Amino acid sequence: MAEELRAEMMANVWKVVAGEGDEVSGGDTVVILESMKMEIPVTAGSDGTVTNLAVSEGQVVQEGELIAEIG
Amino acid sequence: MFQTVLVANRGEIARRIIRTLHAMRIKAIAVYSEADAGAPHVREADQAALLGPAPAAESYLDGSRVLAAAIRTGAQAIHPGYGFLAENAAFARSVIDAGLGWIGPSPECVEAMGDKINARNLMAAAGVPVAPGTREPVSDVEAAVAAAADIGYPVMVKAAAGGGGIGMGVADDETSLRTAFETARSRGRRFFGSPSILLERHLPHARHVEIQILGLADGRVVALGERDCSVQRRHQKVAEETPSPGVRPELRARMLAAAVRAGEAVGYRGAGTVECLVDPAAQSFVFLEMNTRLQVEHPVTELVTGLDLVAEQLRVAAGAAPGFDPASPPGPTGHAIELRVYAEDPVRFLPGPGTITGWSEPVGEGIRVDSGYTKGDVVSPHYDPLMAKLCAHGADRDEALARLRQAVATFTVEGPKCNLPFFTELLRNEEFVSGNYDTGLIGRMRP
Repeated sequence: MAEELRAEMMANVWKVVAGEGDEVSGGDTVVILESMKMEIPVTAGSDGTVTNLAVSEGQVVQEGELIAEIG
Repeated sequence: MFQTVLVANRGEIARRIIRTLHAMRIKAIAVYSEADAGAPHVREADQAALLGPAPAAESYLDGSRVLAAAIRTGAQAIHPGYGFLAENAAFARSVIDAGLGWIGPSPECVEAMGDKINARNLMAAAGVPVAPGTREPVSDVEAAVAAAADIGYPVMVKAAAGGGGIGMGVADDETSLRTAFETARSRGRRFFGSPSILLERHLPHARHVEIQILGLADGRVVALGERDCSVQRRHQKVAEETPSPGVRPELRARMLAAAVRAGEAVGYRGAGTVECLVDPAAQSFVFLEMNTRLQVEHPVTELVTGLDLVAEQLRVAAGAAPGFDPASPPGPTGHAIELRVYAEDPVRFLPGPGTITGWSEPVGEGIRVDSGYTKGDVVSPHYDPLMAKLCAHGADRDEALARLRQAVATFTVEGPKCNLPFFTELLRNEEFVSGNYDTGLIGRMRP
C-alpha cells in the first residue's frame, strides 16, 4: 500500500535526504523542510521504497503538497 | 540628533523603531525583501529600499546590500533591531567605516559577547557568577564526554556562536550528550558559521531572568530592572514579565549591580541585556549570556519605567544625554506582561505561515500591541514566526493578568496558525497565575 508524504505547513525544502528508488524504514527521514527558522523532518510512516520524490532542494511547498511517495 | 535613520529589519520591530523615529521627527528609511513589498513597515516608512529576493541571506542578512541602501538613501545611521545583522560585528564595523552611525554597542563589544565561551570567561573575571562549565571550545565528542563528567549531569550543550535557542540541547547522560553534541555542532555550523561548542551545568528548576542595561554616551552604565522570561518552548521565549515574581528585593539589587559591572567590564554603550538563570529557592543567580542589542521583550520594561528604549538608543548613538536622570533611573511602576503571538499551532508549536485573512487587535486600558502584520499581509516561511507582541500593564500582577485575559479573548488572527489559544490556557494555568513557575512550565503543560 503506497504512502503519500505531504507537507504539514508552508515551508522551504532544505534537504532531500532519500532519493527515488531508495529503501527506507518507518521513521527514516526522507526530506527536511524548513519553516520560520525551524527544521521539520518529513519521515516515512512505514518500510518501503521511495517511488516518487516530488520536491527538490530550495523549493517552496504549500501545506498539503505532495513531498514523496513510499511504495 | 540624526535626521535620517535606516531601519535594517522587518515586521513588528521595524514598525516599532519607525514609530519612535517619527516621534523624534527623524526621517525613517525602511528596507524590504521581495516577499515584503507592501508590508506595514514599508508603508509606514518615509522611504523604502528593496534589498533583494525573499530568502534572508539575499536580503535582510546581506550586510553589503543594507549598507548600500543606507548610502543610496542618505541615511546618517542604521538601527539593526534584533536578529538579522544586529549582532554581526563585521557589519557594525562596515557601517562605522562607511562614516555612518551604528545604533548599537561597539563591534568589539558585539564580538566579545557573541562568543558565549569568551563572554562567560569575561564575566567570571568581572566578578559575575557563572555556572560550572567549559572555559574553552569543546573540540570533539570525546572531549565533551570528559568535560560533562567533570561538570556533572545534566549539562546544557550550546553552539558558542548561537542564539535564539537554536543548537541548544540538554543531556542527562553520555548517550544523550553524544546526540546533543552532534546536533549543536551541525546547527552551529549551519546557522551561525561556527561549530564551536560549550557545555554548562543545566539547572532544571531555574528561572530565566535578564537585566536591561543601558551604556550611556558618557561611559556610565545603568540597569533598568529585570524581565522574567521563564515561559519557553524549544528554549525560545513565549511570554515575559517584569518585575519577576521569583526575585526578591535583595537578589534584584545584587543582579542589577552585577549587570552594571558586566557592562562596565566591556565598556558597553547602548541598550543591552544580561541574561541570567535564577535559583528561586536559593535566591542565587548565574550569568548565561549577554545580548548586545534591543530585546524582543523590551516593551515590558518600557511599560513599567515609562522610558522609550529606542529613543535612549538613538540618544546614546548620537552622543546625547539620556532622557532620564542616570543617578536615579526610573524604578518599576506596576507590573507588565508580554505574550508573543506566533504563527504556530497552539498544541505542538509547529510553524504555520500563511496569508492573513482576518486581523483584529485588542484595545483597552494598559494594553499595548506591537504587530508586524495586518489583514491581507502574508506571513512567509522565510522569516521568524513572531506576528505580534501583546502586552498589558497593570497596577499589580493580578490586574495585568486580568487585562491580558480580556485582550487575548478579543485578539483575532485568521489565516496562519496562531498560538493565541495557548495563551488562554497559560493565563488560567495555576502555576503561571501563582507566579511560582520556572523554565520547565511549558514542558509540564505539554508532556
